[in-house]
Amino acid sequence: MDLLGRSLLDIPDLRREEILFLLSETGKLKAKTKGTESILGGHVGRSVALLFFEPSTRTRTSFQMAAYRLGLRTLKLDGSTSSAQKGETIFDTARNIEALRPDAMVIRHAGSGIPLQISKLLKIPVINGGDGFHAHPTQALLDAFTIQEGFSEFKGLHVLIVGDISHSRVARSNIHCLQMLGAKVTICGPPTLIPPLARELGVEVKYNLDEVLPTADVVMALRMQTERQNSFQIPSLKEYTTRYGITSERLSKIKSKALILHPGPVNRGIEMMSSVLRDPRCRVLEQVQNGVLVRAVLMGHILGVLK
Amino acid sequence: VTATFKNAILFDPSQRLNEKGSIVVEGGKIVDILKDKNADSGKVYDLKGQYLMPGFVDLHVHFREPGQEHKETIGTGTRAAAAGGFTTVCCMPNTQPVNDSSFVTQYIMEKIHQQGVVRVHPIGAISKNLEGQSMAAIHGMIESGCVALSDDGKCVMNAYLLRKTMEYLTSYGIPVIEHCEDDHLVGQGVMNEGLVSSQIGLRGIPHAAEDVIVSRDISLCAHTNAKLHLAHLSSRGAVEYIAHAKARGLPVTGEVTPHHLLLTDESLRSYDTHYKMAPPLRTEADRRVLVDALRSGVIDCIATDHAPHSEEDKDVEFERAANGVVGLETAFAVCYKLVEKKELSLERLVESLTYSPSRVFGFSDRGQLKKGLLADFAIVDLNKSWKIDPQNFFSKSRNTPFAGWDVNVQVTSTVVAGEEIFNIEKGICL
Repeated sequence: MDLLGRSLLDIPDLRREEILFLLSETGKLKAKTKGTESILGGHVGRSVALLFFEPSTRTRTSFQMAAYRLGLRTLKLDGSTSSAQKGETIFDTARNIEALRPDAMVIRHAGSGIPLQISKLLKIPVINGGDGFHAHPTQALLDAFTIQEGFSEFKGLHVLIVGDISHSRVARSNIHCLQMLGAKVTICGPPTLIPPLARELGVEVKYNLDEVLPTADVVMALRMQTERQNSFQIPSLKEYTTRYGITSERLSKIKSKALILHPGPVNRGIEMMSSVLRDPRCRVLEQVQNGVLVRAVLMGHILGVLK
Repeated sequence: VTATFKNAILFDPSQRLNEKGSIVVEGGKIVDILKDKNADSGKVYDLKGQYLMPGFVDLHVHFREPGQEHKETIGTGTRAAAAGGFTTVCCMPNTQPVNDSSFVTQYIMEKIHQQGVVRVHPIGAISKNLEGQSMAAIHGMIESGCVALSDDGKCVMNAYLLRKTMEYLTSYGIPVIEHCEDDHLVGQGVMNEGLVSSQIGLRGIPHAAEDVIVSRDISLCAHTNAKLHLAHLSSRGAVEYIAHAKARGLPVTGEVTPHHLLLTDESLRSYDTHYKMAPPLRTEADRRVLVDALRSGVIDCIATDHAPHSEEDKDVEFERAANGVVGLETAFAVCYKLVEKKELSLERLVESLTYSPSRVFGFSDRGQLKKGLLADFAIVDLNKSWKIDPQNFFSKSRNTPFAGWDVNVQVTSTVVAGEEIFNIEKGICL
């Protein structure tokens, strides 16, 4: 597999075999390192720039930790310390950071398409750390890896994504990735939070969670943005939880061998109850741990420090 | 001053005119049309078999003066018009300050007089400062030269204000022009709502945002019997409403832009802000309906919605980028693609740039090749390939979605009042 020097902006940038390769390399690494010690020691002089124009704790620290595991230096720039407020365009900011000569750039931005547009301007590889409602490819890879740990193959698996699909880059990238791997994907949420023409994305669309829950092998709940209730999208968060929350009662409808996932951070009591987080089927912390490994493998192969 | 344009193919679809001949002009007007004959009065222009058409008429441009002269002025905008074969353009009132009173109209008229190289007619605002709250100073604007009223760039959301303005305008007989987009349905949308928006993660603007306003305004048109012109149509649903209104005999007209006739939301996959405009590019199904409606006359004319923006306004995140594209210098050449694809006849293309828009605004002195009408012409080579390069634009702005397109027809000369004001070799001739 030759990922050297390539950008990862969206899941379709990867071929199916490349996704499977990344998952398998992640598995080997996890077995070897138990997810703790550094992977390859120090790589003096190699660095990755983390440009996070949108607040993020989880993804940024995950990339940071992945870089540490590879022995890479990180250069961090977030929205509040950037020159975006000083009138510099985001594209100038990216060009300026590139001039500092990092070996790769990870970009997170609230606007869809920004990492793609920046990648066209730069020579170094760009990894999309999440853009708007568009894509979050490394999340999809870590979710796929976590699913693979629970099941031997993707073919025949039924993955249910529940919540605000419209505004979710996680959902979009997972749909791409899981479909490429052979799983069947159903999305479920109120019609106001389902993207237009969603069925043309190749997914099933369901509005009744209780009907579809017993058929799912993986239940992925998405984070509910609390401002949605004031923008005519849902009557209230309480009503959302009543219809679409993963509650204690609903746990009994989920298959005993199913996995329950969430990209985090979890709004406890809204899309997921605390009791669900304690359930043995819930793999939320496993996802976080796997995220570091998947990102390390990805960056390692893009930068050529892993072979 | 007398001049003769000879060895031309005289082309005026409104009269089914398509034959070799010459035109003699005097005092800025057409004095003779000689079919299959040549004359030699006054200054003689030998067109060597090129097409001589009525000068193009654009009911919808933005010239940014006063207020944003770094994007376009009446001087540069009319040069762009001349280079595109347009001899009459109507400029929208969303300047800074807004053209909502005789003072601003008079300022614009003075600039037109000083700098304009083609005919320019201002359009006044419907509401004061385009705020949609109260009527602008209508009488003074019309007395000073405004030929229509519009809040273009914004939709008149208050139906009562629009109703009263339409009623008021029946005493002048001039049209209101609506920008058909419901504010609430547009919301934070930046592109067409559909499969592409679902895939690329940009907020969508539904077709219904346009359709509900078109439907509402047609109801007000039926109520007031005032002239209603619907700007830059984009949605197939809106076309159905207009077809129905026309069948009822209502005084409704509509326009469509070259970009809505040629492009779709598929282009947005690049996130290139040169495809961002309001209303947005829609789907291929819409595009086909728009072309069909133009062909059948349900949509009356082509208007460019020439909207100059600086690089600084476009080279930013998609959500923050300004809406709109320039169009005067590329309109004919890109729309000719529809003729090449056999989606539109050359006759209807030219009519929708000449006779049809002239009728919409009641310009009875132009839009046709007839004795006594203004000697405004577009001279076109239908066999000349070139590549669209924004660096060569006369416009101050370069925001075109057609950069790099290979086109096969070229406006080689533009004549206003019998005088050549643009020539492909010499540029602007003054």
